[in-house]
Amino acid sequence: MTTDTFAESGADLELVGIHKRFPGFTAIEELNLTIPAGSFFALLGPSGCGKTTTLRLVAGLEAPTAGRILVGGTDVTNQKSFQRPVNTVFQSYALFPHMTVLENVAFGLRRRKMADPLGKAHEVLRLVELDHLASRRPQQLSGGQQQRVALARAIVNRPALLLLDEPLGALDLKLRRQMQLELKTIQEDVGLTFLHVTHDQEEAMTMADTIAVMNKGRIEQMGAPQELYELPRTAFVANFLGQSNLFTGPVVSTTSAGVAVDVAGHKIVVPAARAHRTTGEITIGVRPEKLTLHSAKPIHDADVNVMGPGRVTDVSFSGVSTQYLVEVPGAGTLIVFAQNMTFGSDVKFGDEVWVSWGVGHGFGLDDDPADAPRFEADFDTRSIAAQRHLEGA
Amino acid sequence: MAFAAFSTTAAPSSSDSIKKKSPVALLLLLPGILYLVLFFLAPLVSLLLTSFKVPAEFGDIGEFSYAFRWENYTDVISAYWPHILRSFGYAITATFFALIISYPLAYFIGVKARRWPLLQSLALVMVVAPFFISFLLRTLAWKQIFSDESFLVTSLKAMSLLAPDAHVTGTAFSVIFGLTYNFIPFMTLPLYTTLERLDVRYLEAGSDLYASPFHVFRKVTIPLSMPGIVAGTLLTFIPAAGDYINASREFLGGTGTQMMGNVIEANFLVLQNFPAGAALSIILMSAILVMVSFYVKKSGTEDLL
Repeated sequence: MTTDTFAESGADLELVGIHKRFPGFTAIEELNLTIPAGSFFALLGPSGCGKTTTLRLVAGLEAPTAGRILVGGTDVTNQKSFQRPVNTVFQSYALFPHMTVLENVAFGLRRRKMADPLGKAHEVLRLVELDHLASRRPQQLSGGQQQRVALARAIVNRPALLLLDEPLGALDLKLRRQMQLELKTIQEDVGLTFLHVTHDQEEAMTMADTIAVMNKGRIEQMGAPQELYELPRTAFVANFLGQSNLFTGPVVSTTSAGVAVDVAGHKIVVPAARAHRTTGEITIGVRPEKLTLHSAKPIHDADVNVMGPGRVTDVSFSGVSTQYLVEVPGAGTLIVFAQNMTFGSDVKFGDEVWVSWGVGHGFGLDDDPADAPRFEADFDTRSIAAQRHLEGA
Repeated sequence: MAFAAFSTTAAPSSSDSIKKKSPVALLLLLPGILYLVLFFLAPLVSLLLTSFKVPAEFGDIGEFSYAFRWENYTDVISAYWPHILRSFGYAITATFFALIISYPLAYFIGVKARRWPLLQSLALVMVVAPFFISFLLRTLAWKQIFSDESFLVTSLKAMSLLAPDAHVTGTAFSVIFGLTYNFIPFMTLPLYTTLERLDVRYLEAGSDLYASPFHVFRKVTIPLSMPGIVAGTLLTFIPAAGDYINASREFLGGTGTQMMGNVIEANFLVLQNFPAGAALSIILMSAILVMVSFYVKKSGTEDLL
């Protein structure tokens, strides 16, 4: 092995027609994905959706059944994991217990025969503010510190592509928030391409430039966090990324301004530009924080959708906001988030209320309404868990 | 599994409970302490005293009286130094070969066979299966296999792979072979218990950090399985150094392959030179103690896991 050099900058990652089948089930089906250099990309999905498998394919710890993987334009599909310009921050951290923190961080540098591995290791440990613990063993550190060592061990190699496998999963909420911001700062500082796998939608939205929502081995929707949140394309995305109130009904009229849908006798309008389908039976939705509660029927306004009367079946106070569940006959239960602008809430359990929202806030889904409109438990998860167990790896 | 008994991980520290001087704890310890005093400490003291004895004046063969004749030690060292060196040489060689053979076996059972629990259990049973037959019988069987008229030896001679007047039994080869063969299970089981718990994610992490399979093995797998290597080599080396079955003439050895165990046996049971036998035993024990403590310190097991 000759002396190696660091990657100059982050590299593009391109996945072309990736399939991954394990005996008994398909983990990834026809995955095409391009991640531009220098971006912070999040793969978001429930456990067992294929996101960790995708990461392992990119890292070279798993071989695809079909398809090609390109890093910075070079085909790495047939390269072994130790030959790829990619580093991973593992979910379990996988810090070597028989080495000090410093030796853990210097491991990759030593293998690549980089000059001054210990100096570089100290430097990156200073970046994650752990240089004073360099001579400790990983098991003597707290979870958050171990996480930062795992991060340091990966970024010290300046990989063209850094893979993060739910690295914040084991941390408590406060530390998690802090680490999210730190990770983001480090990514901007070093300019690497980050591919972050997570099932935490809030984490994905806080950190990533682009999010791909994965379900059952496919990418459901990809885009900027705000775009995905405001305009989900499928019921799965609408409910996995935040919560949504979804209604299904036939289109009664279509104008240039909007698509009107009949939902249990209520005429609900969605802007035509925000509706993926404009004919037949369609599913439309609105985010809970966009809803307003009224104790009397609001005056008719063409720009406002109104539903009701309904009955409040649950009130739960969560500090910043209060969550109400409103049962509207025929339309199901609506979730309403109301900011706590005044002391206490005006609406109590059992009250008769009307719910309204601006027409502009609604969205129409692309899903076939025959599919379950609400997110349901993913049964594939169990088969994947069983598979993992069998593999014992 | 019962094999966990070979594991080197220390029992959780119970210093708290020891501090409380409960009479019940002392009472429970009493049988054990009595046993050790009666059957370990007393014989050890007796052995030490015997090793300094001198022949009784006008006494019969095998009659000795108490004295402090430390020259007994220099006498046995000058008389038996080839046996002492041979014992440790054979034991180290056998331990080395047992490790070379057992490590891949234990790695296969403990890591590669994880997906197939049935195969794993079956392979373990096969490792332990030789214990179903007395090791004396098994060693005798090897004597038959290696004897001059055996199929193996006549075939080797027919193929000119062995000189026509050569023997297999009674050579260093057959003694080291016997030692290696007999101690392989003692090497494999502790290796298996550590490798069985080896987290393959560390291996993946090593590979992710640019280490080739060879480097992953050298830098990650070997250090992580060090407790098993230390336990296995000790369980093989200590009894092998004192072994007197394999090297004895009735089994795989000959006059030129006698180990310390054989000369101790001869001094005690044949020559009735008890002080010489005792001095040799003390030398064997101290040498093993020094070597083992040096080895354990050097391999730094206390830092591992």
